[in-house]
Amino acid sequence: MAGIAVLLKQVPDTTARISVSEGRVDESAITSWVTSPYDEYALEVAIQHKEASGASITAITLGPPRADKVLKDAAALGVENLVRVWDDSWESLDSSQVQHALSTVLEGIDADWIYCGKQSADRNQGSTGPGVAERLGLACIVEISDADVSGDSPSFTRSSSTGSERLSPATPILLTFTKTETELRRPNVRGIMMAKKAQIEIVSADIGDAQVQVVSHNPPAEKPEGKKFEGADSVPEVVGLLRDEAKVI
Amino acid sequence: MDITIIAETRGGGLHPVTAQLVGAASSLGASPTVVCPGGAGGEEACGIAGVGKVLAVTGDCFATYDGGAWAEALDAVAGGDIVIGAATTSGRDICSRIAARRGVSIIQDVTALSPGLNVTHPIYSGKAMQDLTVSGNCVLTLRANTFPPAPSGGSAQLSTVQQSGDVRLAVAEAFARASERLDVADADIIISGGRGMGHPDNFSHLYEVADVIGAAVGASRAAVDTWEEISHSMQVGQTGKTVNPSLYIAVGISGAIQHLAGMRTSKYIVAINKDPEAPIFKVADYGIVSTWEEAIPVLKEELSKLA
Repeated sequence: MAGIAVLLKQVPDTTARISVSEGRVDESAITSWVTSPYDEYALEVAIQHKEASGASITAITLGPPRADKVLKDAAALGVENLVRVWDDSWESLDSSQVQHALSTVLEGIDADWIYCGKQSADRNQGSTGPGVAERLGLACIVEISDADVSGDSPSFTRSSSTGSERLSPATPILLTFTKTETELRRPNVRGIMMAKKAQIEIVSADIGDAQVQVVSHNPPAEKPEGKKFEGADSVPEVVGLLRDEAKVI
Repeated sequence: MDITIIAETRGGGLHPVTAQLVGAASSLGASPTVVCPGGAGGEEACGIAGVGKVLAVTGDCFATYDGGAWAEALDAVAGGDIVIGAATTSGRDICSRIAARRGVSIIQDVTALSPGLNVTHPIYSGKAMQDLTVSGNCVLTLRANTFPPAPSGGSAQLSTVQQSGDVRLAVAEAFARASERLDVADADIIISGGRGMGHPDNFSHLYEVADVIGAAVGASRAAVDTWEEISHSMQVGQTGKTVNPSLYIAVGISGAIQHLAGMRTSKYIVAINKDPEAPIFKVADYGIVSTWEEAIPVLKEELSKLA
């Protein structure tokens, strides 16, 4: 049967401080790299889907050698096939290049279901899911907040202007996830042992020409120091300032 | 420069961010074409100053939301070297697809723009900013409440174009929202609670204040993770929603870097916290060192006087 693919990205731990040195974010100062949080929810639902359907999962990441960790972590949860897309000549790829590479790799994988996070925790763009779907000619449900993959006809819930909607899509389909109510599973000892032996396939891909150049990274603008008041007695004064100085109420 | 704007619509009319997109396009020297999905807000768009023309795109695909179908229909009628949309859920989806259809790059959540094309957007949820230059055509989505809106007073011509796309997503079941409460992503004023609220029931005090000033109620990740009554849809921060309201009131929120990343660009920030050393005070325009139990009743009373 056609399988499941999951796109995972390695990002700095969301509690990490980001420092800028000589116009670039100093990645060497980042000590903890993790799987992007929304991708973890996509992975969790993909594993539930695999358990219910018997399909196998291919986890794909695009990144340098350190990104092997997200694949090994996925293997520890039961993911069978691990692919890292990389070429040592790559530096900062733009959205078009990332999508080009991932679509090319996905074309070679028999996957009816492609799972990913709604956006990465580093670039925060949200372009990869729908962009890859478009390049592969697939429908895509974005920002799924709930899923039921237990039966023959998996369904996914997204928010709508009037509440929420459940969809039971035809395949092939690409699905992007926001945080869901699902509890994320942790690896067991057997999974961790299996992951140590798991093989990672490293592939390069055509990426086309860069259209976007990074000029510089900068720290966010510092806010001037605010006014600080003691005690609830100061609330009327603050409300007055919001009205007369800030003019926001 | 030929710019096409994908109008952001809401309830059959235009979302206010649409005038901001026009303002940004005008700052690049363009008289943009505004494309209205499903024809919503067409007349309204004609009245925005600086708009070159308006295309109301009507087609069966606009009856429900399928980003693929919408992008197909809109891309078929939209010209433009640069396409600009809003950095909303649907705007990001549709614009990603239009960029992919054209084989060009997309930059989302843009916060500054100048001819060249020079583009700035936040990365790491605002812990840093990235300056980029784009060569050739591109697609951009802009962050709401960041670019000054174009004023009214325009008189652009409205054309209706019949164009649909291939719909592949069908809604099996729709659920009405449990409450009529405003979502933090749409709100101009937000009052958020953290673990300092002590108990999820105490959020009712925040709702009372919110009702007085038409605010949405948000929460920190700590609150959402601690209490299941506090929904993730309320979470503001790096793994929740990034918000940019005119006024953000943080109550009992210490100000973890994760939370600050999601709200630090709010125009005005008020922090109420009993710990004078709480990091939230570093980003607050007005800090009040107090327990919420003492401060919130006074806040409600004072705001009621204004209403």
